Amino acid sequence: MEKLIQVEKINTDILIIGGGTAGCYAAYTFGQNGKHKVLIAEKANIKRSGCLAAGVNAINAYITEGRVPQDYVDYCKKDAKGIVREDLLLSISENLNEVTHKLEENGLVILKDENGKYVTRGNRNIKINGENIKPILARMAEAQENVTVINHVNITDLMVKDNKVFGAVGFDVNSQKAYVIIAKAVLIATGGAAGLYRPNNPGFSRHKMWYPPFNTGAGYAMGINAGAEMTTLEMRFIALRCKDTIAPTGTIAQGVRAKQMNGKGEIYETKYGVATCERVYGTTEENRLGNGPCYLKTDEISKEQEDELYKAYLNMAPSQTLKWLEGGQGPAEQNVEIEGTEPYIVGGHTASGFWVDNKRATTVKGLYAAGDVAGGAPQKYVTGALVEGKLAALGIEEFLAEGQEAYSDDSWETIVSQYEKFLNNEEENITIEQLEESMQKIMDEYAGGITKAYQFNETGLNLAKEKITGLFEVLETLRAHDTDGLLQIYEIKERLTVCLSLIEHLKARKETRWHSFAENKNYPDEDKNFEIYVNSIKEDNQIKIIKRPLVVDDYKPLIFAFEGNKLVDAGGEV
Amino acid sequence: MSIRIKITSCVGCKRCAEVCPGNLIKIVNNRAVIRREKDCWGCTSCLKECKTGAIEFFLGADIGGKGSVLSVEDKGDLRTWTVKRLDGSSETITVNTKESNKY
Repeated sequence: MEKLIQVEKINTDILIIGGGTAGCYAAYTFGQNGKHKVLIAEKANIKRSGCLAAGVNAINAYITEGRVPQDYVDYCKKDAKGIVREDLLLSISENLNEVTHKLEENGLVILKDENGKYVTRGNRNIKINGENIKPILARMAEAQENVTVINHVNITDLMVKDNKVFGAVGFDVNSQKAYVIIAKAVLIATGGAAGLYRPNNPGFSRHKMWYPPFNTGAGYAMGINAGAEMTTLEMRFIALRCKDTIAPTGTIAQGVRAKQMNGKGEIYETKYGVATCERVYGTTEENRLGNGPCYLKTDEISKEQEDELYKAYLNMAPSQTLKWLEGGQGPAEQNVEIEGTEPYIVGGHTASGFWVDNKRATTVKGLYAAGDVAGGAPQKYVTGALVEGKLAALGIEEFLAEGQEAYSDDSWETIVSQYEKFLNNEEENITIEQLEESMQKIMDEYAGGITKAYQFNETGLNLAKEKITGLFEVLETLRAHDTDGLLQIYEIKERLTVCLSLIEHLKARKETRWHSFAENKNYPDEDKNFEIYVNSIKEDNQIKIIKRPLVVDDYKPLIFAFEGNKLVDAGGEV
Repeated sequence: MSIRIKITSCVGCKRCAEVCPGNLIKIVNNRAVIRREKDCWGCTSCLKECKTGAIEFFLGADIGGKGSVLSVEDKGDLRTWTVKRLDGSSETITVNTKESNKY
């Protein structure tokens, strides 16, 4: 019997897609003004969804005593070899401490010294117990009277007319029901994209990865398909992690000052440079040259330090503590093996994501972006994402104050019929899982994955494009047994869409500015001509590259200009 | 990397299914069941929600797992994590949730 979907229509002033770090803080900010009706649509449950589910090890973006916001901008700029939006970074830096204090007021435990001052961990970090940071944020959002949360609703498509967003469409992951949400403004806060590349542990533990495997690039894909401009997708993020468990290394490196050491016992800590990408590159190179495995040298720490590490990991990555205890050897006895992860696209760590202006408006009118989905501002970490939630909320309030009319049409019908198509497809040979593995294999082998030491060239990228394009045809034949299956299909569809844009970005930056993150073997050196942003939009089903000049030094905020709904200025072209 | 739900301890309260960030737990015949154990991220949100200690966490053999399980129990501000090995030995670590990490 044919499976049909029931449709519910909802009207709201503001729709927030994704109740993670940025989305929850945006909702909290809207609550302070209280004027508008706000709806958060979350595909899991905001209590533990997004990047913070297990907890977080420290606040890594905070302006510590004696430092100023400009210092943070300078650090990020240097780390990203100049390809950042200084205006965005400054607006983040100026608010980092305020959002941290708000979290503390709401229950986050922050370590203080005997004088009541925060205890720092490095130049920009403070020590916390971050296990319950997400439940705290969720409560802050839910406590606002004008905020409604609908959990377990997966948004798949934006509704846009003449470059203006008027809502979005999604489905309930647990029942055959679609939601058509009409909104005057939409904030996209869906996080970055994991699972594009073959992961570190492709077998049983395929989801034991750094970034949440459930962040599958939905926001990027919706934006790309709606004609929004993306920036710097080619600056992939690869994390340096504890081998197997893919747990954080910063807690060990910064906490007990463990150095990076190769299999011959040589310290290579600074041999390759100390930028984030160079730390990964160093480990990758040491392995490639046959000097692996690589370690963090922990065998000199005390038993007391070891006990504290056990606790710290239980508060953010319990699998690492389990691995130590299960194996019977802790870090005081055995050095911790490290490795690079598969590449992710994540605007909280690199500059990848939506091209936004200083108010976090995208190039589609009424559509805003915050957190990992927004580009231009690397090293945001948790607090930077919170700030972007706040700034986007303030930007939207200003936009609505101009007076926006609600609009709706029947374009949602095509989207809902697509859901029904997947639910009614015949069972074929190719399954959802096979398609995912195929995509990850192609990206790994031709677009610079782990097995290729993150290196790629143009011939390979062209092949990747051809093969990924071919998978879209297979995707259309997949069968969803229920809406959970539909969720899995859309998670692949999103990633395929991101892959195609990513490939074009990797091709367009004809240089190697960031080792490992974008290691282009046709152009192995840095090139001054690429001191620009590589941006893209999808036009007539093709990805078109736009090169824009850097926003530098004077921190002058970039604000997009529209005539009616038409974008007329988004920062000039090179 | 995944979880095991002990059917004899589960009371079907749905708390785990409600919070799983991957929507991986469903309720079948009034008991929690993991849909695809390979898709678990290992965040342990479900363990922390469970009031009957029905959920245990383990590492897959591909990342060094040897069959031990991790469980968690809360009493006030104290959270006790227990690792039980296959040979019957176990270790516990208690974390005060109101205290910061030292590192």
